[in-house]
Amino acid sequence: MQKENQLIKFTKKGIYCPQGKFYLDPWKPVDYAIISHGHADHARWGMKNYLCTNDSKPILKHRLGADIKVQSIEYGEHLVINGVDVSFYPAGHVIGSAQIRLEYKGYVVVFTGDYKTQPDFITTPFESIKCHTFITESTFGLPIYNWKKEEELQGELHSWVENNRINNRASVFLGYSLGKAQRLLSLLEGVDDDIYVHRSIYNLNEAISASGFQLPETKLWSADLDKKTLQNKVIIAPPALLGSRMLKRLPNPATAICSGWMQIRGNRRWQSVDAGFAVSDHADWNGLIDAVKSSEAEQVYVTHGYQAVFSKYLREIGINAKELITEYGDETLINSEVETDKASAE
Amino acid sequence: MKLFSELISALEITNKTNAKIDALVDYFKRAPDKDKLWLIALFTGKRPSRPVKTTLMRAWCMELTTLPEWLFLESYSTVGDLGETMALLLPEPNHKLDLSLHEWMTELKALKPKSEEDKKAFVLEAWSGLDQQERLIFNKLIGGSFRIGVSKKTLVNALSKLTGIDSNQLMHSIIGNWTVDDITFEELINGTHINYDNSKPYPFCLAYALEKELPELGEPHDWIVEQKWDGIRGQIVKRNNEIYIWSRGEELVTKQFPELVEAIKNFKYDFVIDGEILAMKDNDVLLFNDLQKRLNRKNVTKKLLEEIPIGFYAYDLLEYEGDDMRSVSFIERRQRLETIFDSIALPDHLQLSFLVKFEKWDELHEIRNNSRAINSEGLMLKQKHSPYHTGRKKGDWWKWKVDPLTIDAVMIYAQKGSGRRSSKYTDYTFAVKKDDALVTVAKAYSGLTDKEITEISQWVNKNAIERFGPVRTVKPELVFEIAFEGIALSNRHKSGVALRFPRIARWRKDKPVDEIDTIETVKQLITST
Repeated sequence: MQKENQLIKFTKKGIYCPQGKFYLDPWKPVDYAIISHGHADHARWGMKNYLCTNDSKPILKHRLGADIKVQSIEYGEHLVINGVDVSFYPAGHVIGSAQIRLEYKGYVVVFTGDYKTQPDFITTPFESIKCHTFITESTFGLPIYNWKKEEELQGELHSWVENNRINNRASVFLGYSLGKAQRLLSLLEGVDDDIYVHRSIYNLNEAISASGFQLPETKLWSADLDKKTLQNKVIIAPPALLGSRMLKRLPNPATAICSGWMQIRGNRRWQSVDAGFAVSDHADWNGLIDAVKSSEAEQVYVTHGYQAVFSKYLREIGINAKELITEYGDETLINSEVETDKASAE
Repeated sequence: MKLFSELISALEITNKTNAKIDALVDYFKRAPDKDKLWLIALFTGKRPSRPVKTTLMRAWCMELTTLPEWLFLESYSTVGDLGETMALLLPEPNHKLDLSLHEWMTELKALKPKSEEDKKAFVLEAWSGLDQQERLIFNKLIGGSFRIGVSKKTLVNALSKLTGIDSNQLMHSIIGNWTVDDITFEELINGTHINYDNSKPYPFCLAYALEKELPELGEPHDWIVEQKWDGIRGQIVKRNNEIYIWSRGEELVTKQFPELVEAIKNFKYDFVIDGEILAMKDNDVLLFNDLQKRLNRKNVTKKLLEEIPIGFYAYDLLEYEGDDMRSVSFIERRQRLETIFDSIALPDHLQLSFLVKFEKWDELHEIRNNSRAINSEGLMLKQKHSPYHTGRKKGDWWKWKVDPLTIDAVMIYAQKGSGRRSSKYTDYTFAVKKDDALVTVAKAYSGLTDKEITEISQWVNKNAIERFGPVRTVKPELVFEIAFEGIALSNRHKSGVALRFPRIARWRKDKPVDEIDTIETVKQLITST
């Protein structure tokens, strides 16, 4: 059987497959990049060739430019590159997100990118795959992170909106344009006839819908809208808008941040907002452990997040795990991307 | 406990005092009487003593969750609050307990004398019957601060908004002698158990920072100059053989300073005086840092009384034998104050604030520059003929503080804060050069904006050398200007110097590490001050 250290190598540009001559979510420009999902820390500019899922393709084109060279395949479809069998499996993180599976001479490596094991109402649910080497993220790799069920979150968000309405307040939800915004839309369906979204979300949704993906209907929240129109309404916007003039112009807004970090009181209180909901697109503690265990991998690499803590714990429960330093999980990068969206919108 | 749980959620999310007051008023309108009393007791330090030790609760939580201790501690250092950490780690509840705040507190009081086994059974039963937020509250009811930024003053302001009763009277009422069992809410807020006439304080007169040149103030002989002592402003009220001490923040702090109460008892007059509460030893004023160790203590131990004795420097006389003196000129008030203080043999720790003698404005510069040597913050300039104003009024009182000293130092450790700050690295340790190595000179917690702290936290995450435990050792790369009020040689510190009141003046993004100060240049500041 093929040895793991020959199938993938950890280089300064990213995770490399020498046999296949391609990189997985590289952070430096390379010839051939296989992309797990469309977030800016995983899908970066400057690759000569991109490969991603069919659902990710419009997102990559929207964010990186229509002129990028990108090939796409369906979840579960196989593509052989220089003898390496490449396929994508749902990661449950954002629309189009995938775990990347590589197989060569019977040896299997799975790179999760970012993932969430709990099903939601919009992304294709996470699928567990058996492999020899499993490369997992660890954004929420501490036992204090355990998410509520989707139905419970839905109930909380709906009653928050209703309560705001009683108090004559508009409800503003802050979450990343890609992933959190669509997830929130699915969670908030039925709460109001119209849901308004910021332009960065509106444009991205257009791009996603154009490729045939069904998204809930939204209205564009633009600066020239009459104040009265937005009275008591529901608005979804990227986090970078916190403190912006556009947000302040809303009639009596109540603002909620939606992020896994909101699990901790200190984080909720750090931001001056009216509510914090622990809605995360990443696996929680039990999700991470389940994913690692069901991969049955003989070697586990732990990337971005609590990699030191999580890999130490895995070793204690008898799993061969190592820390792997990558350049994923850079929130400033994801934020700066939204900043550009904001600049173009205001 | 639903109402109480909602209140805590509302209080914890906002940092606006008015929103907190509204949430409290709402609670007082809806909650049962006994619950209201418990709320007041919990937020004014009148809670019963902890019935279950923290170490036991920690052990039970680890036992239930089967987590190794290091992982429990790692979680704790991320959350920054033990009660909350346990609430987050514990498994989902399997039944529903619904008790009112009063019922929980009654059960907890009864738990105190019970055996460890009984306590464990009770706590585990509660944990398995409460959701995450309720579990957090339950853990806090057993002991520990709620950390939701509700001071006695906030509580009193809410009660005042609810009832229209004067907030200082309410302050006296809630501080007074009462227990949940022997008073009704109505009686408590109406103050049937106190005599407010004996404690009623006056609003403090406050000064603005000097914003003009001294000669522009007019003739030097129209002004009285004092040291600006660096303690906490206090108002001592002595009426009908009762003594009350109010702080600047309008909290009653009488019980925190028994040595002042003892000293004041010797006067035969009734009065209200304004002055400064200071840490004082052998006639010397100690650092504000020392004074802080005496503040907000539930119990003042004998050891603490000996270690950090408290003194009082009197500034002004607001009431004398029942007469309001505030419209009388400062010079007359001061003379009367001197007469009162001459009437008894004063102990060392109760003195008049001495007046600075000067003829010409120019002389004050040097005196101000030397104020650090006696642990004063600078000078106070007061118009001789001015009344005692209500609140802050421009023109008659000026504060003229010494400029802070500064050095450039590099960050070497970062630690997460607590409460609101628990999510970020907010507490830093700084070093300067010593030969080819670095030596720690100060710890500082304040001076940066939230945005800067967020940026530094992200940098720490990326540049930490040690990644376990609460303290992160970081690459010495970020340079900061550290401001402080004084510097002294010290054997207790590795660097050989102790800085007083260090805080971050600004982040020197423009400065490379090799341009930070050396320990020699830092020590030179001692001789130059």
